[in-house]
Amino acid sequence: MNTSLKNESLQTEITNISRRNLLKGFALTGFVLAVGMPFSGFAEDEEAPKYGRDAMPHGWVDNPLIFVAIAEDGSVTIVSHRSEMGQGVRTSLPMVVADELEADWDQVNVIQAPGDEERYGNQDTDGSRSVRHFFMPMRNVGAAARMMLEAAAAAHWGVGVDEVFAENHQIKHRPSGKVLGYGELAKAAAALDVPERETLRLKTPDQFRYIGKQSTRLIDGEDIVTGKAIYGIDVQVDGMVHAVIARPPVYGGKVKSFDDSEAMKVPGVIKVVTLEGSPPPAVFNPLGGVAVIAENTWAAMQGREKLKIEWDHGENASYNTDEYRQKMLEAASNSGGKVLRSSGDVAKALETADKTYKADYYIPHLSQAPMEPPVATARIQDGKCEVWAPTQAPQASKDTVAKWLEMSPEDVTIHVTLLGGGFGRKSKPDYLVEAALLSKAMEGRAVQVTWSREDDIHNGYLHTVSIEHLEAAVNADGRTTAWLHRTVAPSISSTFDASSVHQMPIELGMGVMNIPFAIDNVQIENPEAKAHTRIGWFRSVANIPRAFAIQSFIAEMAHDLDRNHKAFLLELIGPARKINPVELNDEWNYGESPEKYPLDTGRLRRVVEAVCEKANWGRDLPAGRGLGLATHYSFVSYTAAIVEVEVSDEGELTIPRIDIAVDCGPQVNPERIRSQMEGACIMGVSLATVGEISFKDGAVEQDNFDSYQVTRMNESPREIHVHLLPMEDFSQPLGGIGEPGLPPIAPALCNAIFAATGKRIRNLPIRYQLES
Amino acid sequence: MKLSVNGESHEVNLPEEMPILWTLRDVLGMTGTKFGCGKALCGACTVMLDGQPIRSCSTPIKAAQGKQITTVEAISKDKVGQAIQQAWVELGVPQCGYCQSGQVVSATALLRDNPDPSDADIDNAMSGNICRCGTYNRIRDAIKLAATNNGGAQ
Repeated sequence: MNTSLKNESLQTEITNISRRNLLKGFALTGFVLAVGMPFSGFAEDEEAPKYGRDAMPHGWVDNPLIFVAIAEDGSVTIVSHRSEMGQGVRTSLPMVVADELEADWDQVNVIQAPGDEERYGNQDTDGSRSVRHFFMPMRNVGAAARMMLEAAAAAHWGVGVDEVFAENHQIKHRPSGKVLGYGELAKAAAALDVPERETLRLKTPDQFRYIGKQSTRLIDGEDIVTGKAIYGIDVQVDGMVHAVIARPPVYGGKVKSFDDSEAMKVPGVIKVVTLEGSPPPAVFNPLGGVAVIAENTWAAMQGREKLKIEWDHGENASYNTDEYRQKMLEAASNSGGKVLRSSGDVAKALETADKTYKADYYIPHLSQAPMEPPVATARIQDGKCEVWAPTQAPQASKDTVAKWLEMSPEDVTIHVTLLGGGFGRKSKPDYLVEAALLSKAMEGRAVQVTWSREDDIHNGYLHTVSIEHLEAAVNADGRTTAWLHRTVAPSISSTFDASSVHQMPIELGMGVMNIPFAIDNVQIENPEAKAHTRIGWFRSVANIPRAFAIQSFIAEMAHDLDRNHKAFLLELIGPARKINPVELNDEWNYGESPEKYPLDTGRLRRVVEAVCEKANWGRDLPAGRGLGLATHYSFVSYTAAIVEVEVSDEGELTIPRIDIAVDCGPQVNPERIRSQMEGACIMGVSLATVGEISFKDGAVEQDNFDSYQVTRMNESPREIHVHLLPMEDFSQPLGGIGEPGLPPIAPALCNAIFAATGKRIRNLPIRYQLES
Repeated sequence: MKLSVNGESHEVNLPEEMPILWTLRDVLGMTGTKFGCGKALCGACTVMLDGQPIRSCSTPIKAAQGKQITTVEAISKDKVGQAIQQAWVELGVPQCGYCQSGQVVSATALLRDNPDPSDADIDNAMSGNICRCGTYNRIRDAIKLAATNNGGAQ
């Protein structure tokens, strides 16, 4: 099914703002190999369900001519088609290519692909999917390129290809010891057929140079510490002007009238432009408002302060967090709702139990607050639009900008810069549309729109607000017989359908439908909850409230039953078994095949056992100190954490240590896995201790890092120990890494606080709750 | 008005209240120094003014008259700055990297004043610099490594 394709020596079309040296020889060609054949497994059977990378829009591409170029000086350029936001993907995936290619990492450059999924395969960088979905395609890319170099060398020497082999940027002829460098072979290799996928000779794991090793240099590390790395906010285009926008403070609001006479007097202000918004649902549309365009960002900000705007706040002006929590969330959590999963008879088991437990756990809205706020630069020339932006969603950016400009997507180019953090916020391209609309208003001149921190906090796509209501029954012999979980939270689906009041399968599949506990009577319900702000993805998404609630509740039960928390948790997880998520009514399973990715309670048990051993669970601690345990399964990876806390008599919290164990299957770049786990521990502490966005009269009450706090160095865990569980081998299905570390941290922290103080935290953030 | 940045003098015609940050970024085209909050709350914009770390988002250019501004782009000219950058790379400190310009400048200022900082010294000097990715533990380790490499811990 794989057709050989000729390199027609098309010139490189790759555009990249870093404008690294142009390549000769084995060139990035302008033609797409993949049309009609990217799905090897399912292309022949239209009826068969697709999973994983096969199910993603535009699937995947493994053509070396798309992803690799070798210059005559031997330098290798590898395309990163996924967005870099700190997870290390610009190192990890090119590293996979370089490994199969037998390339010397010191001679590798990485360039960033523009948004073009037909060419590169899926580019939507979220869901902890990049390495999980592209490990194999990138191995194919590297192996195919290596085999082309080998074939070129064999032809040059007139020997059989079985007599040559690649080693560290050279092809060697085994019998004679002759050697040719990659640069010398690049041109001839590029003229050869791309080997068919079925004929690729992949390395065996013992041959890996970088995959699974600890020490691969970060591709952008030096540029970052010298200030040379280019983020979205650093883009400079000829003639560029700068804009900030006053957006409606309330979701669904719009400008009633405005007076810009004072704003126009600010030195440097060029123009004031009204931006039309769009009524809910938000989708990825801009919010509208009044834009001030100026010679520099500061002048634009000064001008915006002088605008006098009267807003029509619309129907969400009555959104008040306290009231919403009481009238909507708590009421719903106590009255039941749509039943999603039911086995046995929970009501009867609760009635007849020896002991019952009931608790509500609350987590407020959260803002992703990436250090680089949303920012985008757009220019329109000759009927075409170029946008430079830090985006997690290059293709959605292209499509959304095209729609708003009434252009064909082919006429929109999205240049993806480094992202100064993303965490889900930059999956929504509303800010790119703003830049494009303002460029249009400036007759195509380049406009950079910068969001201030206040804009980011006020007008985000927030993590939802939730109550997780849990009930359980325990019989006289200590066995848990019933489990009732009501999950109440406005859904991300409301961002796409304003009438939506129920959560969608991807949210329900995040630690509520797919609880694996060995309990006979289980009921999962989802009462209605209406959204009054834009709800979006936040790293780990709905797993955050589910892990917090479930893992806190289990600790509460264990304490009341006078059981060791670890032993009780393992008893609930039950014996090692592989559960088909379909049997749990989980329709989603993170998009992965239920057969290939069953929920493996053996692996869940192992991370619990491992973290308990490493953190010395059960050890004696002085008064005021405590250990807390939690585990969670998310993004098809298994994690468990133990947090150690110290709480002073005055209620001051310090965190001497966190241990986190992770089983993600194959560990492609263990060093970046560790950094992701470390970061997740700190973000988990941050949301648990201080994270809160609240609303008053429809508007966000917090403004900046003074009122929306995030954890700083002095409040951070003093030690973080990451424990990577041994994998089986590299043929094992891969798990996610960017997100799974976060969910167990808040409950482990709160369980530790209980152990230290006897105080149970059911409402986040903890903030002042420990003060006596 | 004259501004001295990384040893180079620039003549600018700007309001004297304009922050150093936006002057560097939007007028002089030096983008290594980052915008994070605009209120001196996050440290992403940290530069040195006559060797002292300051938040350039909240410091007007008039405060830089007759003084030397040093940004991340020139920090490697300083022996301590170079040691910090090398330690950062060696320990793989950055994740997204956006805050690291400010972290590197703050850490360099710390180590120049205090060649062998304690954990408390590091907390004091670095807690004004937010990292949302959570690289604090590696930052701490990298400062200690740079101190060792620079002779500070001897």
